[in-house]
Amino acid sequence: MAGPAPEDREKPTGRRNSQGIRIDPRAEAEAKPRRTVISALVDHKPGVLAKVSGLFARRQFNIESLTVGPTVDETMARMTIVVEEPEPGIEQAKRQLRKQVHTWSVREVEGAIERELALIKVDGHDPSGVAALAEMHGGQAVRADDEVVTVELTGTEAEIDAAIAAFEQFGVHEVARTGTAALASGTRSTA
Amino acid sequence: MSKSHPTNESEASADTEELSEEASDEQTAKKTKGAHSVVTALEKAEVEITFGVQGGAIMPVYDALADSDIHHVSMAHEQGASHAADAYGIVSGKPGVTITTSGPGATNLVTGIADANLDSDPIVSLTGQVPQDMVGNDAFQETNTMGITSPITKANIFATSPDTVGDDVGTALALAAEGRQGPTLVDLPKNVTTSETEVEPSEPTVPEAYQVPPDEADPHSVEAAAETLAAADRPLILSGGGVIKSEASDQLREFAIEYGIPVVTTMPGLGSFPEDNALALEMGGMHGTGYANMALSHCDVLLGIGTRFDDRLTGGIETFAPEAEVIHVDIDPAEISKNIHADYPLIGDAGAVIEQLHAAMPGEPDAEAWRDRTMEWKATYPMGYETPQDEAVKPQFVVEAMDEAAADDAIVTTGVGQHQMWAAQYWTYTEPRTWVSSNGLGTMGYGAPAAVGAKLAAPDTQVIAFEGDGSFLMTSQAIAPAVRENLDITVAILNNSYVGMIRQWQDAFYDERRYESEWDWGPDFATLAEAYGAQGLRAMGYDEIPEVIEEAFAYDGPSVIDFHVDPVADVYPMVPSGGNNAEFALEADHL
Repeated sequence: MAGPAPEDREKPTGRRNSQGIRIDPRAEAEAKPRRTVISALVDHKPGVLAKVSGLFARRQFNIESLTVGPTVDETMARMTIVVEEPEPGIEQAKRQLRKQVHTWSVREVEGAIERELALIKVDGHDPSGVAALAEMHGGQAVRADDEVVTVELTGTEAEIDAAIAAFEQFGVHEVARTGTAALASGTRSTA
Repeated sequence: MSKSHPTNESEASADTEELSEEASDEQTAKKTKGAHSVVTALEKAEVEITFGVQGGAIMPVYDALADSDIHHVSMAHEQGASHAADAYGIVSGKPGVTITTSGPGATNLVTGIADANLDSDPIVSLTGQVPQDMVGNDAFQETNTMGITSPITKANIFATSPDTVGDDVGTALALAAEGRQGPTLVDLPKNVTTSETEVEPSEPTVPEAYQVPPDEADPHSVEAAAETLAAADRPLILSGGGVIKSEASDQLREFAIEYGIPVVTTMPGLGSFPEDNALALEMGGMHGTGYANMALSHCDVLLGIGTRFDDRLTGGIETFAPEAEVIHVDIDPAEISKNIHADYPLIGDAGAVIEQLHAAMPGEPDAEAWRDRTMEWKATYPMGYETPQDEAVKPQFVVEAMDEAAADDAIVTTGVGQHQMWAAQYWTYTEPRTWVSSNGLGTMGYGAPAAVGAKLAAPDTQVIAFEGDGSFLMTSQAIAPAVRENLDITVAILNNSYVGMIRQWQDAFYDERRYESEWDWGPDFATLAEAYGAQGLRAMGYDEIPEVIEEAFAYDGPSVIDFHVDPVADVYPMVPSGGNNAEFALEADHL
């Protein structure tokens, strides 16, 4: 085949970054990961959760948590997904989720009210200490067995992280957390 | 559920015993089974042909199909059925339908479904399944078809009742064709297809939650994009498979020609713009033309239509059209900025958006110098090969000889490998739906069964399958149904006794260690064709080529020509995987 070798050809001078964005030479930057809460209304049908979790897994979106539960409309379920991704990734995740045939709407919930529930099984050598600490964190000891006290609390992910760290002084046996549920504040609709 | 079925039937018999003959009595009972709803749904959607293979769990559907006017084509293998359906979908624009059984009947489809998924081809797979009360018990020929096909279908549906199974099939048909096309599947448990129902399937519709894409893009974005395009110095159109799927080839031609904008096509976009037009730069990407890749690398505004900016097209993202503002027209919002950032995202149907752009263009871009440059590149980097008559036949020559002899509107199907690239490069595509190939998944063996589907979709059009020796060996059993259906197709095998693309890569990137790529143990393909009942032909040298082509074309039925070609011919130009399109290699030394 005829023609000059690659090194002898005219070359463009521009470039894109790894996200396919043309690089402005004055402000070259790769997007930083951002944590966000995505809320989706989906058909309340078997298999929908499997599809969504499968979608996120195979497209390698970083999910922090995914919760699902019924809404006021019994034919629908609300999924709340916390992801941490650089910018085009978040947009991609939303679009891929919206594309599913069982998805009614998808929204990134800004200024959301976020809560998760945690059950924390704490060593029971000092039950009143555990109860007092639970109260300080807005929770309560819900059950005392022979050797452990189980604490229930709700809060943001960070608050629960902090509480669990605080309970370490007694010794934490087991933790179960629900992941984040979120609703948009005020009259704004969530998804 | 299945246990109650004999009772119902005997009750029905008792009721009508005095009134009718046994035959019509049977018919009344049959018409109300889930399996009949499946067939009725196909008929309502005007499905004319189905492809498949019989099997245990799907027998009720086949039994119901026996009473229908739908033409069923039994393929020798389910993979072949899925490729035939895929090609049928590409050529006709309507979903290709397969009917196969559970377990292996479903898993053998998987390659074809994944293939359709990557190429956005409309196919509907109806798979048998064990009765619901046995699902999950590891029953005979049970496999989790829903789980296996979930990641490779646009939607899949597990039918749960004979009352709704017809609608399930209708939904699958509607979804496969609507918006961005793609594969859908309905899993049909045997108890659902054998149980009685009085519910007639309704008209096929997409599910309510499904996001129906808009036809037209946001007018403000269109206006901004049109202004940018009109102001471009180096405008370029990248025409993808979406242009063909949306029937927008005419609009594209008109638009490109009126505004003098050169056109590169993706591989699935072959035929969307006539390659004999001066503005055509032909296919871009890994094995695209040098001039297409130079244009992609130097354009300042790139209008991508119906393309997902696949890595075989873009090469390395960092060096893809690095100076271009990108206008991206696509019906699928999830394709926007997935791989290449879209400066102007235009979500809508390709044809409708081209018309919008057309109306919004403030003028013609001043691109004469740019067009001259593209013409210079055509002269500098011409496609070509040498044909020393004392050496083995060059495979590219076979493609050109076939093109020369074939009808202008002939349909080309291909397998995957070197022969596919030569078929893409050296055949002149001028019409949409004439390139039928496995573009995204790269499925070896696609060509022969695809020729079966293509011919059934376009019985009056010439169909030619290019295959490699390795590729053809994977699905050669598709010749059996081609013989049975007496399909007038020609399979041209570019036989180099290698899995040639692997050999080419080994030579280039693996120190010429040709490990396991030499396939000198293949069958004699002409004899194999004869064994299937087809016409088998062979050409060893240049002088034999015109004669065998003539013989093949003259034969009324399937012909297979075994062209013995240069075993070490390589496909060039070549952009190494992830490389810079502007640095395409024209020979091994450039890699």
